[in-house]
Amino acid sequence: MTQSVVVQVGQCGNQVGCRFWDLALREHAAVNKKGIYDEALSSFFRNVDTRSGGDGPDIYKGKICSLKARALLIDMEEGVVNEILQGPLRDVFDSKQLITDVSGSGNNWAVGHKLYGCQYRENIVEKLRKMAEHCDCLQCFFIIHSMGGGTGSGLGTFVLNLLEDEFPEVYRFVTSVYPSGEDDVITSPYNSVLAMKELNEHADCVLPIENESLFDIVNKINQMMNSGKLGSTVKQNSLVTSSKGSAKTLQEKPFDAMNNIVANLLLNLTSSARFEGSLNMDLNEISMNLVPFPRLHYLVSSLTPLYTLADINVPSRRLDQMFSDAFSRDHQLIQADPKHSLYLACALLVRGNVQVSDLRRNIERLKPSLHFVSWNQEGWKTGLCSVPPVGHSHSLLALANNTCVKPTFIELKDRFMKLYKKKAHLHHYLQIDGMEQSCFSEAVSSLSDLIEEYNELDATKGGPRTDPSRLKIAI
Amino acid sequence: MSIVTVQLGQCGNQVGHEVFSCLCRDLHGTHGLCSRRENQSYQDACKERFFWEEESGGLVARAVLVDMEPKVISQTLSMAARSGSWKYSEHSHFCQKQGSGNNWANGYSVHGPRHKEAIMDLVQKKAERCDRLGGFVTTMSMAGGTGSGLGAFVTQCLRDAFPSSFILNHIIWPYGTGEVIVQNYNSVLTLSHLYQSSDALLVHENDVIHKICAQLMNIKQISFRDVNQVIAHQLGSVFQPTHPAGGGSDYSRNPLGDLLEALVPHPEFKVLALRNIPQMPEDSLAYSTFSWPGLLKHLRQMLIANAKMEEGIDWQVRPPPPGSSISSHSTTKPLHFNTSIANLLILRGKDVHSVDLGSFQDPSLYTSWLKPQDAFHAWKTPRAFNKYEKSAALVSNSQFLLKPLDSVVGKAWNMFASKAYIHQYTKFGIEEEDFLDSFTTLEQVISSYTTL
Repeated sequence: MTQSVVVQVGQCGNQVGCRFWDLALREHAAVNKKGIYDEALSSFFRNVDTRSGGDGPDIYKGKICSLKARALLIDMEEGVVNEILQGPLRDVFDSKQLITDVSGSGNNWAVGHKLYGCQYRENIVEKLRKMAEHCDCLQCFFIIHSMGGGTGSGLGTFVLNLLEDEFPEVYRFVTSVYPSGEDDVITSPYNSVLAMKELNEHADCVLPIENESLFDIVNKINQMMNSGKLGSTVKQNSLVTSSKGSAKTLQEKPFDAMNNIVANLLLNLTSSARFEGSLNMDLNEISMNLVPFPRLHYLVSSLTPLYTLADINVPSRRLDQMFSDAFSRDHQLIQADPKHSLYLACALLVRGNVQVSDLRRNIERLKPSLHFVSWNQEGWKTGLCSVPPVGHSHSLLALANNTCVKPTFIELKDRFMKLYKKKAHLHHYLQIDGMEQSCFSEAVSSLSDLIEEYNELDATKGGPRTDPSRLKIAI
Repeated sequence: MSIVTVQLGQCGNQVGHEVFSCLCRDLHGTHGLCSRRENQSYQDACKERFFWEEESGGLVARAVLVDMEPKVISQTLSMAARSGSWKYSEHSHFCQKQGSGNNWANGYSVHGPRHKEAIMDLVQKKAERCDRLGGFVTTMSMAGGTGSGLGAFVTQCLRDAFPSSFILNHIIWPYGTGEVIVQNYNSVLTLSHLYQSSDALLVHENDVIHKICAQLMNIKQISFRDVNQVIAHQLGSVFQPTHPAGGGSDYSRNPLGDLLEALVPHPEFKVLALRNIPQMPEDSLAYSTFSWPGLLKHLRQMLIANAKMEEGIDWQVRPPPPGSSISSHSTTKPLHFNTSIANLLILRGKDVHSVDLGSFQDPSLYTSWLKPQDAFHAWKTPRAFNKYEKSAALVSNSQFLLKPLDSVVGKAWNMFASKAYIHQYTKFGIEEEDFLDSFTTLEQVISSYTTL
């Protein structure tokens, strides 16, 4: 069994990360009735003996003593991390797993990446090494951050770079929250494009998230709940936005519902690596199957169902509805419509009481309405995990490598160019040591190249005009 | 003689477990429908082949379990132990932590060499425990990374370490659509490598077994367990003991050797198919009766029309008329006709000795290289298998796999032309030339089988 380490950077990263740990504990509590520290738990948690005060040795088997998250919390201001450490999850985090500063990054990528990066490099490496030592077999780093700010964006991508240098064999999965058009941070286009270059070059897989989509999903659920039609029969803890049953008992904060969605995304992504199933799908398989070319590693994700009704019987019609929903526009976690763009590859990770025949039936049903690239007409990767998420009898995570990410990137580039043409706010960046104009031009050039690659695929549908001729054997 | 099974990867271990369960169930079943002495012989032969017996009477499978991640093996070991009637021995498994990531190159070039010693050590121990080693059967899928890549490497190691032993690879051919995106690459690489070191490849196609589950077994929500149980039943119907072709009252002691002798006359042609009828839900068995002529008629038509199960057989397909030229070029044979190189029929159950096998000895079924009496063999036992009063299995070396093979090679080639995913393989040491070599090998196999 492998272990994964979560690195949460910046305000957004830490808030999402906090929800992740909360829901992870809830999930394992639901499955692990006997309180034994098992392999599934070990993928994200250490079991520490705290009786010997503070930093006891890890306990690898036997009863759960004290669970510590395999997490590194980084923020250049203290507010968010302090709140976490005073909240119900304070015991889950090791006091040595934090790196904080006081003044923040001022929404400036250069401050996060160049200034703080330089300053904290050794500290970060040391802490990461320590965490890696506690792992029997470290498989993956998960980075959670936002693209629009300074710390998450700048320092977050610095850490990404660092991970590639120090731990080249370990996978790097990045969950990035992209800024929306009406973002109140004026310089978010700069920060995002500068960060994109790093993601292009150093990440194995990126799961882009847009707040707008999360917001829409939350609204959809609220509307459905308040409409009175189904409200009373929905299982509260099944809502993909809910914290019910977790450690958090205080009133939920505004972003909590949205962050829970992202937390659930990560839980579902790793479920088949942690729990058993008839067709396992590990993290290295996701990277292998969904990334046909090294730079095209942006995966659009969708989670269904968003909630479960309380009645137990699940006719297969409802199961099929779950599959259909996964491909609908309003279930995607970014503003994109994969159904009307070109698929390079698609993965379906099903959890719960679903069998291979259900999977096949739905793939056959949905295939005709989807456009796949010519050299990957049957490009489906599937996984079956027996353990469903809390509150559900089954669920589906769909990951698509699809050209529908293109509009998001094009918009980002447009917003960037609007500012850059006028050199607006540029001086804030250039005054940082190590930052030059060429950083900007290289970053936008990297983004343009990426967009161009997607354009090519869309134009040619990925293939030559005729099928390549096969090798001929002389008889 | 005993057979050592090597279960590789998730599929290999899941299927392997069902196979041993099926063999054990049949072994202890009370529906043998034959004399006590016959049953005793059968049981002894079966035990010798696949198990060794502990003092307490418990059976231990002669198997090695290999996987690059631990979940499946631990599940398999505990399920077997829970059965109460058989189990795997304590030191029979090897696993790692990370898996192969569906990457053939990772399985073959990284995990293979790294773990060769440990794995071959386990195999050696199992081989030494056999009074007489009858050969190896490996179970694996082609779609993933461990079964396929590490499986190909291990097969090569087996060949090097046991140059005169028989090696049969039991291969699971993935669903046409979507288990793994790079399954066609993995399949091409696996098949081309196995062709060099293996004696024969016995293929089960997931799509076919799935249909059997849906249409013959009437299972509504088909799980991988259901699929694996059908595969296990089919495999059991071949490998359970039988009397040798020449008759005689003793059970044959060399199943693999006999199988290969009967079916693989030429090393260029080593792909084998399995058909087994009847196949139906257990609760329908009590209400059904079968006749040997009926069963054989269906089986023969299934062979020549290349039908994979007992429903939807195309009865229009006929062998070419006897007066036509007997040259081996396919121009004179009607399309859709499945030409055989060799066939092995295995009959189990009531009245088995009175069966007329003439229809299978028809020369028009075969290529011209062998006389029908050399191309066709039949093994029999009056002991019924797995509650079926009569059952017939046909193992054939024929053109059956042409279409699926051609399709897989075509799709892989298409993907290769666009260079998609290649960087994932070169990362672990499999270069484009290696791919080209594999494609060449398989195009050769396709060409050979086409011109039968």
